[in-house]
Amino acid sequence: MKINITVNGAEQAVDVADNALLSDVLRDALGLTGTHIGCDTSQCGACTVHLDGRSVKSCTILAGQADGGEVTTIEGIANGEELHPMQVAFRANHALQCGFCTPGMIMSAIDLVASSDEPLNAEQVREGLEGNICRCTGYHNIVKAVLDAQANM
Amino acid sequence: MHRFNFRQASSIAEAHSTHAASDDAVYIAGGMTLIPSLKLRLASPNDVVDLSRIDGLSTISSAGGVLSVGATARHCDVAQTTDIPALASLASRIGDAQVRNCGTIGGSLANNDPAADYPAAVVGLGATVHTNSRAIAGDEFFVDLFETALEDGEIITRVDFSIPSRAAYAKFANPASRFAIVGVMVAETSSGVRVGVTGAGACAFRMSSFEAALSSNMSASALDGIAVDSSEFNDDLHASAQYRANLVTVMAKRAVAQLTA
Ligand SMILES: Cc1cc2nc3c(=O)[nH]c(=O)nc-3n(C[C@H](O)[C@H](O)[C@H](O)COP(=O)(O)OP(=O)(O)OC[C@H]3O[C@@H](n4cnc5c(N)ncnc54)[C@H](O)[C@@H]3O)c2cc1C
Ligand code: FES
Ligand code: FES
Repeated sequence: MKINITVNGAEQAVDVADNALLSDVLRDALGLTGTHIGCDTSQCGACTVHLDGRSVKSCTILAGQADGGEVTTIEGIANGEELHPMQVAFRANHALQCGFCTPGMIMSAIDLVASSDEPLNAEQVREGLEGNICRCTGYHNIVKAVLDAQANM
Repeated sequence: MHRFNFRQASSIAEAHSTHAASDDAVYIAGGMTLIPSLKLRLASPNDVVDLSRIDGLSTISSAGGVLSVGATARHCDVAQTTDIPALASLASRIGDAQVRNCGTIGGSLANNDPAADYPAAVVGLGATVHTNSRAIAGDEFFVDLFETALEDGEIITRVDFSIPSRAAYAKFANPASRFAIVGVMVAETSSGVRVGVTGAGACAFRMSSFEAALSSNMSASALDGIAVDSSEFNDDLHASAQYRANLVTVMAKRAVAQLTA
């Protein structure tokens, strides 16, 4: 089947299998491999992207369900050479080690900060990132980075 | 993943007839349960019929003391409602943000996971589940493990919650998945006190002994000494049946304490 989606601002018409996942479209059809696949059980959040403005696990959405939607991936958040404030904060706070979880972590964190009216505290950041698993950092610096970034977003 | 045909439905009638015309079809709403089970090949349908774009099916409205939640209303949408704070709070604690951004109340109820949160609200608040063909009382909806009163192909359209005078939901969450090991909804409704329990048994149920005690004395201490029969309770690697029985009392007391605070 044919689906039309806007990915990082560019409209795309993609031919996909009926059982394709949004993550298959992004990674295999469009070559956007920054969206990582870390599990088969919808638990790790490495595949998190924004669909119509909200964070979703792209491995748990059928391509057909995303038809007509607007998707932002980790590749779409920087402004040219200028990193997104969340990317800057992750780098400055040493919030990654192997980096595998980082794209999903950053996409979740951006939605978390953007959708909260008041500044978040550390507890709320931990709670808000419940859907993203990191096997390296122990989360401490990730939380610091998100707290740091919210001042600049 | 298993091969199937993806079918977009634009109305309830179209979804129903597409389902009926297939020899093996399932509906999909938020996909938060169905897609993981497709990946695990626990489900292998020929046709997957998408309900998520049906106009009006996600509407949430409130009138005449009833909060009406459309079947495809997402957990994140219910979390934003204000009519029944206990229901909004329950929805805000389901899984994680990404799951709440996709998962729907209709999908959760149709799936009837023994550890799901919404069943405690449907039973505890005495909700009515509306489908494309009838209205089902909350007390009749959950039949057994992953089994509901829904007929093959029947579509949940909305859930009506009568707004209680007070209610609170307390849950002991699995630390990894956030599913309820035990969750208890206590409510003071126009038809009396109701206590709905999820996580403990094969499906959600009411605790009539707790309801009777709380009707005469709405305080946590009213539950002291009331035995909880664990003989039919779930017993698995997350918790033993006895532990769950203890949690039923503890969570009910916490809910009562919140409700009377
Ligand atoms: C990581 C993770 C953590 C989770 N944690 C929790 C938790 O803490 N608590 C909790 O309660 N749940 C939890 N869930 C489950 C989640 O709430 C699901 O959203 C919900 O169970 C299913 O809703 P859905 O819309 O995604 O349904 P789908 O997956 O699309 O469908 C589920 C089933 O319902 C059927 N169905 C869907 N809509 C209808 C309808 N309108 N009428 C008839 N049948 C229908 C489908 O055919 C399918 O069989 C979790 C899920 C994940 C992946
Ligand atoms: S790849 Fe693990 S949640 Fe999507
Ligand atoms: S940095 Fe390695 S998994 Fe998070």
